[in-house]
Amino acid sequence: MTEYQVIHSRASRIDAPDKATGRAKFVDDIRLPGMLYGALLQSPFAHARIVNIDTSKAKRLKGVKAVVTAEDAGQVKYGVSPARYDETLFCFEKARYMGDEIAAVAAVDLETALEAVSLIDVEYEELPAVLTIQAAMAEGAPVLHDEFPRNVGAEVHHEFGDIQASLAECDLVRTDTFQSKKQDSAAIEPHGCVADYNLRGYLTLHTATQVPHYVQRTMAMVLGLPVGKVRVLKHYVGGGFGGKASANPMEMSACLLSMKSGRPVKMNYTREQVFLFGRGRHQFTHTLTTGVKKDGTVMALKNECYLDGGAYSSFGIATVYYAGSLLGGPYKIRSMQYDGYRVYTNKPACGAQRGHGGVIARAAWEQQLDMIAEELGMDPVDLRLKNMMNKGDISCNDLYMSSLGMRECIEAVRDQSDWKKKRGRLPKGKGIGMACGFFVSGAGYPIYRSETFHCTAMVKLSEDGGTAHLYTASAEIGQGSDTTFGMIAAEALGVPLDMIRVSSGDTDFGVDLGAYSSRQTLMTGHAVKEAAEEAKRQVLEVLSDELKIPIDVIDIQDGFIVFRNGLVDFRDLRRRYMKEHRGWTDNPTGKHLTFKEGARIAFLSRGTIIGRGKYRPRPLGGQYKGAAVGTSPAYGCSAQVVEVTVDMETGKITLDRMNDAHDCGVAINRTSVEGQMQGSLSMGVGEALFEEVKFDEKGKCLNPNLAEYKIPTALDMPYINPIIVETNEPYGPYGAKEVGEGAIMPTIPAILNAVHDATGIRFHELPLTPERVFMAIKEKEAKETGGDDQT
Amino acid sequence: MKTLIRITVNHEERELAIEPNMTLVDLLRDELGLTGTKKGCGLGECGACTVLLDGKPVNSCIVLAMEAHEREVVTIEGLETDEGLHPIQRAFVEKGAIQCGFCSPGMILSAKGLLDQHPNPDEQDIRKAISGNLCRCTGYQKIVEAIQSVATGTK
Repeated sequence: MTEYQVIHSRASRIDAPDKATGRAKFVDDIRLPGMLYGALLQSPFAHARIVNIDTSKAKRLKGVKAVVTAEDAGQVKYGVSPARYDETLFCFEKARYMGDEIAAVAAVDLETALEAVSLIDVEYEELPAVLTIQAAMAEGAPVLHDEFPRNVGAEVHHEFGDIQASLAECDLVRTDTFQSKKQDSAAIEPHGCVADYNLRGYLTLHTATQVPHYVQRTMAMVLGLPVGKVRVLKHYVGGGFGGKASANPMEMSACLLSMKSGRPVKMNYTREQVFLFGRGRHQFTHTLTTGVKKDGTVMALKNECYLDGGAYSSFGIATVYYAGSLLGGPYKIRSMQYDGYRVYTNKPACGAQRGHGGVIARAAWEQQLDMIAEELGMDPVDLRLKNMMNKGDISCNDLYMSSLGMRECIEAVRDQSDWKKKRGRLPKGKGIGMACGFFVSGAGYPIYRSETFHCTAMVKLSEDGGTAHLYTASAEIGQGSDTTFGMIAAEALGVPLDMIRVSSGDTDFGVDLGAYSSRQTLMTGHAVKEAAEEAKRQVLEVLSDELKIPIDVIDIQDGFIVFRNGLVDFRDLRRRYMKEHRGWTDNPTGKHLTFKEGARIAFLSRGTIIGRGKYRPRPLGGQYKGAAVGTSPAYGCSAQVVEVTVDMETGKITLDRMNDAHDCGVAINRTSVEGQMQGSLSMGVGEALFEEVKFDEKGKCLNPNLAEYKIPTALDMPYINPIIVETNEPYGPYGAKEVGEGAIMPTIPAILNAVHDATGIRFHELPLTPERVFMAIKEKEAKETGGDDQT
Repeated sequence: MKTLIRITVNHEERELAIEPNMTLVDLLRDELGLTGTKKGCGLGECGACTVLLDGKPVNSCIVLAMEAHEREVVTIEGLETDEGLHPIQRAFVEKGAIQCGFCSPGMILSAKGLLDQHPNPDEQDIRKAISGNLCRCTGYQKIVEAIQSVATGTK
């Protein structure tokens, strides 16, 4: 592999010292002079007509500076996919879930704002609500959105190859149904924002977001402001995972309140409001029919899926496509058929969450593949090795694997887990299971149809030449993107990481679609690399002129100017530099010309040196409707082996060890790659074992808190053995591709398969709570005893 | 009516007039500007607001500021010394134990609470000590490794 100066290392994150000492600023840490505090009024009914809203009492309360409802907000429809803009800021005819926003107040402090909210009189006419897919799709069911009878907001029907003909050739066909539960992103930082509208008509929104660019466009559209007058910036963000991947009504409320009051307005979601905003993983029900040949060759996959979407579309159109288009890989399948339905229900809207759309489909199918392996008498590892794609393969739905280290991943987890010795040979109550997965390195197209660059970047050299300042609008949300891009800029420019300053997350710095679909390392990485290379080229051009030597013999490495044709007399340049820095104590003295001197000379010749970079994926995908979803410039893949202990008396599952191999292309920062792998696995563990957002029969969320909505603690997580598999991705910057989401894919099915190995029981519903496991063990015991009685 | 309290915050004695219903986290963040202490739930569930009260980790969102009267509070801002970062802070930086960083201040203080009492904890002790501090980013492994490295004095 190529020798690198900066990337491919374990450099400490550039933001870590600030975060370790409490210096790092998050949105809730912002206090602006004259700042007001905002609060929301939300619907107490899951479905209700709004007959009248009276804000007069609230407006009269001392300390209240603005009260806004749909009347003030207008009725501009917004959402995530333009094809399904179905939300408005504040309900104007009816509320569609318990928590739907009715009004907002800004006051001198939070207590006053909350009191004013309680003084708003709303006359509701309660409507019957639909809370399950069955109820929502029933004949004559109440309809959430008039345009969508039977509440089917989006459906997809795809067939690749001739599914019936393929099934006819199979020796074994089996059908299984699998169901998950609604999940919450549960980032530890709740959403928050501060909106600041000034007297010149410019709006600045500080917000905890993964996507400053989309938030900027949504604010501009909903509030009727030119995009150029809206600046959205994020500070450090306390985790996103999808829950912060779109604009939220609190941000819009804060902006509108600031516009009305002429003062900055701060708003935060409480933890309960985070759950009410929702946008976590949908509840999926997949019915999968898979056909194979006797030798294990997978021939056909039929996938029917119903998504419980909640009250609004949010990311739903993409989700319902992803639940089909991402399933085929990483295997070669002759034919695939997909029928997906996303259904509106009177609950908080679901959206995108880590592994968007693909996680439950993957869980269902990788478990079914295990069942098929069992029926065929094949080792599950061998079944996967037999069917996996390789570099250069194209899936039946036209996804091109420009690199794919699937074999290396499978073999690594097999060998490092002692699979062959353990599989099927562990004592009762102990089990081992494996699964695979793959994921996009960024979506091939923006969320709105556009020819836009997906990202731009700028590298500006300071006039003294000592610092290169990278500006990118990308979103550091905890995944380490600032460090990654600092490292890429340093590598491309030829300087050490500590000479790079990174400013990010601000729409003033350019366009970047943000942190979702595992896109930033590959996409923003390209733009950053190009920007740094252009800055470097400008410095080299000036040096070439000044020194009268060809540009192609000069390079920059580790902060020094390197001459490939031997010694070059640069004394004149150094004299010029020194002359301008008389009395300075850090003037260069060594026998090599420094980057600092070179960059200073370039500044003297050309003014500020700015390198610019941009990136837009090449045209991707097939010709069919929806072909754009699931396309990506490159795909990551992974394999996991998990070992579990199931307490046969209580049904409690303990994870003993997880082995995870992930192909991330070339790892830019090895420690960060491992961190993404380990974090993905813990989110998968939560979804497999504990997590479920619950509602009562009136549509009230029953567990909108972190005590009753359980995410993994340190005691729930086992040792994770992270194995980085590196391929050289031709379409990635320095060969890099995704790791942030793909790593979650195999976790749930690997656990399911391990639990089966331990108990002999297949579970077709998540999460695997002790209660569910205990009941299944009892049922199995009863059946076995009953069986014995009859014989 | 406001009440006068006297507390030591990060080795400095302060006298403050506060509302009796004010929580310790709001006192630290809003009155003293110590925003390193984070607020993730306000219900004592996530541990982001962990501070040391007389050396013991507490969720400062469910401690009334008045309860800290004549007691000693240490927040994340109080850990650094003239030599720079506290060894636990340094380990978190070097071992990649920090991702989004929102749980880190609380996590580091829980670790300090543990190591001050038990300088040589085993892995299970560490996991138990930080089990009240939720982290959604890391899967906890690099956090555990960082705390272990401080305990054993390894790099």
